[in-house]
Parts: sequence; structure tokens; C-alpha cells
Amino acid sequence: MAMLEARDITLTFRGLAALLNVSFSVEQGQIASLIGPNGAGKTSMLNCISGRYHPDEGQIALNGRDMLPMAAHDRVKAGLSRTFQNIALFKGLSVLDNLMVGRHVRLDYGLLSSLFYWGKARRSEDLHRRRIEEIIDFLGLSPHRHQVAGKLPYGVQKRVELGRALAGEPELLLLDEPMAGMNLEETEDMARYILDINEEWGITVLLVEHDMGVVMDISDHVVVLDFGQVLAAGTPAQVQADPDVIAAYLGSENASFIGR
Amino acid sequence: MRGKCGLFHTSYASETRFFQSGFQKLSLGLFLVLLLCSPFFLSNYQVSMLNMINIAVIGAVALNLLTGCCGQISLGHGAFIGVGAYTTGLCTLAGWPFFAALLFGGLVTAVVGMLFGIPSLRLKGIYLAIATLAAQLILSYVFLHWTSVTGGAIGMGLDAPVILGMSLDNDAKMFYLTFGVAAASVLLVANILRTRHGRAFVAIRDFHQSAESVGVNLFAYKLQAFAVSSFLAGIAGGLWAHYTMYITPEQFDIMLSIQYLAMIIIGGLGSVLGSIFGAVFVTLLPEFLGVLAQWAGSFFPNISMYFLALREGIFGLILVLFLIFEPEGLAHRWRLIKAYWKLYPFAH
Ligand SMILES: Nc1ncnc2c1ncn2[C@@H]1O[C@H](COP(=O)(O)OP(=O)(O)OP(=O)(O)O)[C@@H](O)[C@H]1O
Ligand SMILES: [Mg+2]
Repeated sequence: MAMLEARDITLTFRGLAALLNVSFSVEQGQIASLIGPNGAGKTSMLNCISGRYHPDEGQIALNGRDMLPMAAHDRVKAGLSRTFQNIALFKGLSVLDNLMVGRHVRLDYGLLSSLFYWGKARRSEDLHRRRIEEIIDFLGLSPHRHQVAGKLPYGVQKRVELGRALAGEPELLLLDEPMAGMNLEETEDMARYILDINEEWGITVLLVEHDMGVVMDISDHVVVLDFGQVLAAGTPAQVQADPDVIAAYLGSENASFIGR
Repeated sequence: MRGKCGLFHTSYASETRFFQSGFQKLSLGLFLVLLLCSPFFLSNYQVSMLNMINIAVIGAVALNLLTGCCGQISLGHGAFIGVGAYTTGLCTLAGWPFFAALLFGGLVTAVVGMLFGIPSLRLKGIYLAIATLAAQLILSYVFLHWTSVTGGAIGMGLDAPVILGMSLDNDAKMFYLTFGVAAASVLLVANILRTRHGRAFVAIRDFHQSAESVGVNLFAYKLQAFAVSSFLAGIAGGLWAHYTMYITPEQFDIMLSIQYLAMIIIGGLGSVLGSIFGAVFVTLLPEFLGVLAQWAGSFFPNISMYFLALREGIFGLILVLFLIFEPEGLAHRWRLIKAYWKLYPFAH
């Protein structure tokens, strides 16, 4: 059984279909990529999985559990985390607190415990802080730990957002263009992080990315969307050789895809 | 001077403590001792100002949790304070022990606050402000017209609180009650802010979609913010009612809501310390203006009359000046001053 299974997803905005009968699956332990030209519906698909959009039709299952009836915040507990295409950090909180918020669902003391900062709240803050520090070290965020997130450079903010998603201990991580706007070095670092997260921490990744070089390098499985429909799916090599994909990308601004 | 050039922590727990250095603890301790002795050397009138400040601190810290930290603006806190005042008053009139009445008043206000917080699921910013303004108007109407319970326009007379058989019938005795409750309220809110609930509140304020995507149940947490905030507002109301020993509906009108908003704006949105600064500032402002009027009166004999008439105008003017020149409030200025002295004389 696949870890993530999307079947016949259709999503419309005022009668216009952003997604039309989209089906694909992601196996446990994979890095899967969702690619396609601008406006193809990649972000919309992630939003359907994470619960921000509600598809008109279709099914989405995570580890066999039906996701669609669940509220967005409950899906996090079920093992889902995500980052956003445009940085969506809590700008007024420090890096550390951003990550601690990311851990929200793993902390389970109640409001009274919070008010009095009693035993359980205190213990669990300390305990989870340890894990957060591991993530901070892993992403090289130590120098920024106590800085306010909104004032950090763009590339660092992108990493903080990745850290916040990791803090929720996801089984499936949804990344919406984590390399967008980064220079070559930052892109390579980010690719390295994604590989490490996948290989060492065993987290399955669904990646949306425009940088075809990276996608083809690190993906196990690629799904190509075009105008809200699945154009092709398979290994990077299969997808690159697919005539439909080549036709769709030729003449578009993503033509570089063919060359790389 | 035994200086330190930085802070070093050897455990995570030490980092989340409120006071990072011994010096901070010492100065706060001295300040508290001074404050606790103050009824012995201040005049009755001055102690009564301290009482008003203590009560204002509770209300301000409550509103700041909801509006400053969670981003849910409330124009209804004046009325929420009223709900606490009337409920606590009714309970003590019925012969309840004071603390039981106060607690119950807080709980009833929490429920009322949550009820009026329900629109926050759908409404944001100015629209939520209007919805809570409606709460203010509805509750004001109830205070005025539910005569059989509230006494209507005539008001409700109350006794001084009796605690363990002792009647707190003067300002000095009352001071220890208001101070204790204010300190406890500040502590509770500060605690919330360093735990998952407070972080979730701020997350909702900063980016509600991200908050949802990390698993924060937006509705549940907004309602919790309304509940805790209204609870404390109710406590402030209960104390206030038994301090003035007489309550009428106009005490809890829209002006009070605006005054509390002014406190948190002037003090600093989202800052516990700022709530305290704001409460002190706004409570003492009329006194200060009075002194100013008297002083000006010695040059222009009739000016004190105008000053009185202009009081609300001056209040508004000061608020606007703060919004323009000190938008982050007094708490921010305080941090800047502290940072300056920490490095003195090596600033830059
Ligand atoms: N909230 C919305 N309301 C209306 N239309 C929307 C909404 N979200 C997405 N769309 C439409 O759905 C289509 C797919 O958008 P989407 O953002 O999913 O594309 P994308 O593949 O992520 O593109 P990009 O590479 O530019 O990020 C677009 O035509 C867009 O205009
Ligand atoms: Mg997109």
C-alpha cells in the first residue's frame, strides 16, 4: 500500500477546474516530485492534501486513512507537515519559538498546566526542546536561534520553515518550492537537507519544484501536471523521455528542462 | 563593576526563566518590597491610585493576551469587566465568601467572552472589532435594563470584601488584595506566553494559515484566548466593584473598553511588561493633567476649567501621538534604555 494515495481529485474555482481527475501515489520512503508549468495546479494539489482546499471529488488517503473528512489541523497529527511557496513564518516569534510552534501537536499538556507552568508543562517543554535543538543543529540555525524570524535573510527563513515542518515529526513532508529564489549554493544545501531528511530520518517527501536539475537528481518518482491534469508519471528517466512531457515543456519558459 | 559580556545557559530550563540575571531579581525584589511597604508611607489618596493601577493591570494584561498576542481585537472588554463586577457583586450580596464570588465572576465572564468570541472564527480585524463592539452595546443595554438583577441606572451597592473575617474597609488593606491578584494575573499570563498555548496564540496572530498547518486548531485556540482574557477581565471587574463599593452601568461603557485598548497600545501590544506600563500611564494620566492644569492655572487663571472639558480630547491626542511616535509602546522604549545601559559606556 502506498503511503499517500490521491485518487481522481477534482478541484474547481467558480466552475474552472484547477485539478481534473488527478491520481497519483507516493510510496513510503520515496522522494516524489510534482512538477509542471506555472499554474498547472501543483500548489492546489498540496493544499488539497494538507487540508487548505477541499476538492470537489476524489479521495486522498495517508497510510490508508481517509484524509478528506479531517480538518487541516488534525492531519498534522496524522503525520503530515508542509512548507509554503511564499514564506509563511511567524514573523514576530524567534526561530526557536517558530520551531516549538511546529511541535505543537507533539506537546499535549493542557491550558491549566500552561497557566501555572506546572510539572507536566515544564517537563515537556524541556524534553521537546532537546529534539528542537537537534533540528536546529541539523539545519545550521544555531546562530539565529534567538533572532526574530521576520528579520532573517530569505535563505535562512526558508530553512526555518523547513525546520518548523520537521518539528512536527511528519511521516510525509510536503515541500512547496523550497529552492525558489535561492542561489546555487543555497539550492545545493537545501537538496542535501532533503536527501538527509529522507535517508537518515526516514521521512517520505513530496516535493514541488521548478529547478529540474534538482528534481531529476534527487527524486525517486516524478509526477508531471499540466493544466490540472496528470501528463505523465514515472522515474526521472521515464518522464524525461516522455513525448507528451517534451511537447508540453518545449516552447515554454521551462524549456531548459530538456537540456539538463 | 563586575560586568558580564553575555549570558550563558547550562540548561534549557534556565533559558526560559523570567529573570535571567541576579541583578534583575534583586532590583525587582527591592521594588516589590518598596511597593508592599508603600501603604505605610503614602497618603490614602496615593494608595487609592495604586489600587486603581493594580486593577487596571489585571484588565490590561488580559486584553493584551487577546488583542496583542492572539491578534483578536476586542472592543468589548469594558463590558466584560462589567459582567465580572455584577456577577461577583450578586454573589457576595447572596452571602458567598469573597474569593468564591470573585472566581465565579471570572468564570461567568469567561463563558460570556467565549460566546462573543465565536464570531472570531469568521471575522478578522475591523470586522471582529465591530462584532465585539456589538457585544459591548448589548451588554451595556443588559446592565441598564435588567433592573431586577443589576439595579439598572440606580446601580448596585456592595460591601467591602471580607476575607477570613477581616473586612478590607480601607485603601491600605485593599491594596494587598488588589496587588496580590494583579501579581497572580501577570504571572499566569506570562506563564501562558512561554508555553504551547501562548505560542499558538502568537502563531494565530502572525500567520493563521501557517498556524493551522502546524496543527493549531484555530477555533479552539481563539476561544481559549477569549476565555482566559475574559476570565481575568471578570476578576478585574469583581475587584473594582468591591473596591468602589458601588457600580452603575456607565462605569462599563465603551469608554472603558477604549481606555483599556489605549493602555495596551501605549504600553506595547503583546508585551506583559507593556500592559503594566500602559495601565500605570493611563491611570495616572488624569492626575498628571490635573497637576498640569493647576500649574498652568497660576499663569492663566481660567485654564483649569478648559482642561477638564478637554480631558478626553487630550487623552485622544496622546494616544495618536503614541501611535505615530512610539508605535511599539513603552515596553519597547524600556528595552532600548536597558540595552543602552547594559553596554554603557561602550554603546556602538
Ligand atoms: N484560491 C484560489 N482561487 C481561485 N483560483 C485559484 C486559487 N488557487 C489556485 N487557483 C487557480 O488554480 C490554478 C492552479 O494554481 P496553482 O497555484 O495550484 O499552480 P502552481 O502549479 O502551484 O503554479 P506555480 O508554479 O506558479 O506555483 C491557477 O490557474 C490558479 O489561478
Ligand atoms: Mg505553486
